[in-house]
Amino acid sequence: MKDNLDLLLDQIDQARLNRRSFLNRSAAFGLTAALGSSVLATGARAQEPKKGGVLKIGLGGGETTDALDPGLSDSPVPFAVNKQWGDTIVNTTADGGLEPRLAESFSSNPEGTVWTFAVRQGVKFHDGTDMTVDDVVATFKRHSDENSKSGAFGIMSGISDIKADGNNVVMTLSTGNADLPYLLSDYHLVVQPKGGMEDPNAAIGTGTYKLVSAEAGVRYVFEKNPADWDATRGHYDGVEILVINDATARTSALQSGQVHLINRIDPKVAKLLGKTPGIQVKNVSGRGHYVFLMHCDKAPFDNKDLRLALKYAINRQEMVDKVLDGFGGIGNDIPINAAYPLFTPQPQTEYDAAKAAEHYKASGHDGSPIVLTVADTAFPGAVDAAALFQQSAQAAGIPLELNRVPDDGYWNDVWNVNPFCASYWGGRPVQDQMWSTAYLSTADWNDTKYFNKDLDALILSARAETDTAKRTELYAQIGAIVHEEGGTICPMFNDFIDAISDTVAGYENDPNYDQMGGYASAKTWFA
Amino acid sequence: MVHPVIKLIAQRIALGLLLLWAVSVLIFVGTLILPGDVAQSILGQAATPETLANLRAELGLDEPPLTRYLSWAGGVLQGDLGTALTNGEDIASAIGKRLGNTLFLAFWAAVVSVPLAIFLGLMAVRYRDRWPDKLISGFTLATISVPEFLLGYIAVYFLAVKWRLLPSLASIYDGMTLGEQLYAISMPVLVLVLTVLGHMMRMTRAAILNVMQSAYIETAELKGLRPINIIAKHAFPNAIAPVINVVMLNMAYLVVGVVVVEVVFVYPGMGQYLVDHVSKRDVPVVQACGLVFAAIYIGLNIVADVVSILANPRLRHPK
Repeated sequence: MKDNLDLLLDQIDQARLNRRSFLNRSAAFGLTAALGSSVLATGARAQEPKKGGVLKIGLGGGETTDALDPGLSDSPVPFAVNKQWGDTIVNTTADGGLEPRLAESFSSNPEGTVWTFAVRQGVKFHDGTDMTVDDVVATFKRHSDENSKSGAFGIMSGISDIKADGNNVVMTLSTGNADLPYLLSDYHLVVQPKGGMEDPNAAIGTGTYKLVSAEAGVRYVFEKNPADWDATRGHYDGVEILVINDATARTSALQSGQVHLINRIDPKVAKLLGKTPGIQVKNVSGRGHYVFLMHCDKAPFDNKDLRLALKYAINRQEMVDKVLDGFGGIGNDIPINAAYPLFTPQPQTEYDAAKAAEHYKASGHDGSPIVLTVADTAFPGAVDAAALFQQSAQAAGIPLELNRVPDDGYWNDVWNVNPFCASYWGGRPVQDQMWSTAYLSTADWNDTKYFNKDLDALILSARAETDTAKRTELYAQIGAIVHEEGGTICPMFNDFIDAISDTVAGYENDPNYDQMGGYASAKTWFA
Repeated sequence: MVHPVIKLIAQRIALGLLLLWAVSVLIFVGTLILPGDVAQSILGQAATPETLANLRAELGLDEPPLTRYLSWAGGVLQGDLGTALTNGEDIASAIGKRLGNTLFLAFWAAVVSVPLAIFLGLMAVRYRDRWPDKLISGFTLATISVPEFLLGYIAVYFLAVKWRLLPSLASIYDGMTLGEQLYAISMPVLVLVLTVLGHMMRMTRAAILNVMQSAYIETAELKGLRPINIIAKHAFPNAIAPVINVVMLNMAYLVVGVVVVEVVFVYPGMGQYLVDHVSKRDVPVVQACGLVFAAIYIGLNIVADVVSILANPRLRHPK
């Protein structure tokens, strides 16, 4: 076993192995992932962080209705707040790998049905009590309970049993899932004393910063946790999160020096803002994407040629340039991009009026208008994107018509109801979750109504496959089917766009979420 | 026999209460006829017939509307506005804090704008049709004509971003000294003052000019009084009724109409609180906010009425 590790380390030296496959293979050898992570951590820190100061973060996406319960977190501000005071047992890293946090290591049986997580010892909660295996078990149990209304309920529902075994948490799954550690890095699953059963809103955790005061939708104040178990993070004396929902107010707060970091920059102003002295715009392609959804079980979209005609009739590059102003990646009609582990690209579908016309003719459509329903709320710039789509489709002789509807009720009455509409997806940490949520025949949110038993079988077998190479191949097959036959037209993946002041050093892009996946305050420092 | 002024004031207050009651019925009916009920909007996509039925029973939505109205109105009379559906907070305490912030901002905007508007109005009359009058009118009409969010952004651009004189964020919180709070709200106060100044100043000017046609003003002039004395001591007291009315209208606007300014300057007032809860269909909060806004509006109008009555000598000194 020692030899195996040496071999892997050699491969790293020769840059033949990236972090993720290192972790996968070291786990396959039964090594603890913590060891692998610590080996990789050395030498990765070129700059020595400075200590001190209070980081002020201005965030859009917070409301006066927000609760502190991490289970109820569903927008950027509660997300960031929970990241300050809490930890999960594992993290998804910026390069798509896994990093053990409150779990020191983890392993599974070959089928991926029984997972064992060794809980880190000597970690204290902010109230001074020890974090124990029971707290971790109770946390997962709380999120498994439907009454907790936890956003992670869907993730936990696949786990049939959670129990403590010495200092280990043992989880038994009803069907094998090789992605379980990724799923448990979900931001809802913050470990709380006694699982937060007594007071889910206490905001007591093991995180870098302790909550001092909270006013929902206004301001959250944190101070450094002096007893932080992870000495490599947390360079500020404190953190202040200000809720600034108005985009212009957010940028002017950064420009006037009242905050050091802001999120959700409008792509239309990002370039201008980047030219301002003292300000840097940081954009990273995430997993979120914008889509036009066709219901494959309803006329005229039940015709594969018509679906292909529309796929060829959209100019993806033009949309990235005009709707996202270049701050995004080009889509290819599958919900997966390079931000996902195990991604295999499909041949890029380009705008081709001749091919679109050909498929349109082959579909035998009667020439009646094809109606696309759209509202501003579908995604930022949705109405403009639909108008561009209409233009390019008409050039191919496809009679695309727009039906613009109000935002109110769009998600209840149009999305998942109307046979052709605009929408968005926030993306998921791993491929399995994305495919299972929206492309399984049985999924509630199968919003293209694409029912294919072969695809279902592929998704389920990929989920339980622990061999990475085989798994990658299965995902490539799934991608190929949806790319060719599915009802999703995905023109673009949108970027997370943050802006920081020059005084902040150590910022690194992280495709998991804005603000470096929520770790900006833990990992950056004042230059 | 009761003094007619007291009788008139009592009438006004009774009318105000009646109006408030009517508003409460209107708000209640309004939330009833919204598409979808509260249970549906809470559960959203997770709604199933059973969970809907459970939640409706839990919230008391299965009772007839009249019973629900009476229990809601009964609670309000005892100061119990209920709890927010979204985060379970007690609405009365949440509103209390937000309303305090809104009133704080409105108070300082009024402290600056009302005397300033009246002073400028007096000056405009004193130098009527000469350059000070034209300058004052031109400036205040310009600021009232620009939408307030644009005024806000212009102020932010120059005062915060370019020159870094004032903070662009106006968030105030516990533990700040009064000085710090005033510094924090300086820009929203500035914008609000510019927004309401024109209306009050023009009304003051017009009302005084109206009085200036009267015979007794001519007498005062013939007596050789200084023009500013005539305006301030003789004309203004008789022009006070319309001025008070427009001042109160603007005060009401400062309290209930500043949502946009709150958003631009990220001020934690009632407006933002209401907007957040409207978008989540948190009906009890929306009802409570509606009622509070209506009460303030009606209350300020009663004050305006009462002051106008008191300003009328014929009512103060009945024969």
